[in-house]
Amino acid sequence: MNGTLEFTLLIAAGSFLAGLLGSLTGLGGGVIIVPLLTLVFGVDIRYAIGASLVSVIATSSGAAAAFLKEGFSNIRVGMFLEVATTVGALCGAYLATRIPTAAIAIIFGIVLLYSAWTSIKPVTEVPIQETEGRFARLLKLDGTYPTPEGIRTYHVRGVPLGFGLMYVAGALSGLLGIGSGAVKVLAMDRTMSIPFKVSTTTSNFMIGVTAAASAGIYLRRGYLDPGLAMPVMLGVLLGALVGARILPEAKVRTLRIVFSIAIAAVAVEMIFEGVRGNL
Amino acid sequence: MSESHGLSEKRFESLIGTLLRAGVVLAAAVVLAGGVLYLKKYGGVKPDYRIFQGEPIELRSLSGIFGDAVTFHSRGLIQLGLLILIATPIARVAFSVVAYVSERDWLYTAITLLVLGILIYSLTSA
Repeated sequence: MNGTLEFTLLIAAGSFLAGLLGSLTGLGGGVIIVPLLTLVFGVDIRYAIGASLVSVIATSSGAAAAFLKEGFSNIRVGMFLEVATTVGALCGAYLATRIPTAAIAIIFGIVLLYSAWTSIKPVTEVPIQETEGRFARLLKLDGTYPTPEGIRTYHVRGVPLGFGLMYVAGALSGLLGIGSGAVKVLAMDRTMSIPFKVSTTTSNFMIGVTAAASAGIYLRRGYLDPGLAMPVMLGVLLGALVGARILPEAKVRTLRIVFSIAIAAVAVEMIFEGVRGNL
Repeated sequence: MSESHGLSEKRFESLIGTLLRAGVVLAAAVVLAGGVLYLKKYGGVKPDYRIFQGEPIELRSLSGIFGDAVTFHSRGLIQLGLLILIATPIARVAFSVVAYVSERDWLYTAITLLVLGILIYSLTSA
């Protein structure tokens, strides 16, 4: 690589692709950006995580604005669970400054494998709970969402376990610089019996706040480099915008499978390089 | 959220949506402006991100970033844009506090204030 101009343009182009693929497959840009910067461009993983975090805030905030209109997001559930994700994000960001970068790379690889798997496994709707739960009543969490048959009410269950899982999702977000949407959806959809579409949109709504909690720490610790974050943020944001625009016509199923296999290969590479101590 | 008093849910959600979009657009514009200046100045220099050094103090603290940005230093300007981006979800949470207060929903006022406190802590004192 010759100068900063070429480097910046290459990073911006790669980030554009990451944002595009992340939005088309629903995996998010973060899981692609960090391996791209570390494995391809040889960037230190701490700089990579900082740059990835700001791109996560940008895409999540942009998408949340669109999702809110559709009436799926449950803002109360999001607000309540943000207590867990932001505390988790603080802990994750602290941990990132303490543990060796090789360990971060290995954990990243494992989370990447899990994300790839959740992206291709078929979506099975959790049956709607008919009775109201104790915590859901206390916290007024139950909500409604639009279905082809009209507005349906759902009851939120399993609140304590869901809250705990959200803490883990927040910690992974702060440690790895990703949105950890896969873990957030697991907590809401599988554990709290929240309909899938409500889970994914509410998860997206929460990702920006979660990432902001850890981005503050990354900024203050000097892990946020402007020269690197600039092309990453602009590239991912533009890619995600284009992705959202072409998503209705795209053949997502095939893309998802191909992409998940690629992501799994990258995950193995990250674990391998981490074990060898190269990252 | 009830329709009886305070902001209606629909209005609340559309305001949050506008706020988020405006924050992202503003942040991207400032980062882009800083980026153009940055490439003009450092375009020919060979970058090195292999070795982690950490950013200098004027690019890490809030006062340092503001000081650097107002004098139109390219890196400070990009950092200011990133700060606006980080502040966007925080502003969303602050706005929610106001909405819950206007609804007299004290439980969610407290929950939202707690989240806001955690976010401000991370940006200023953590």
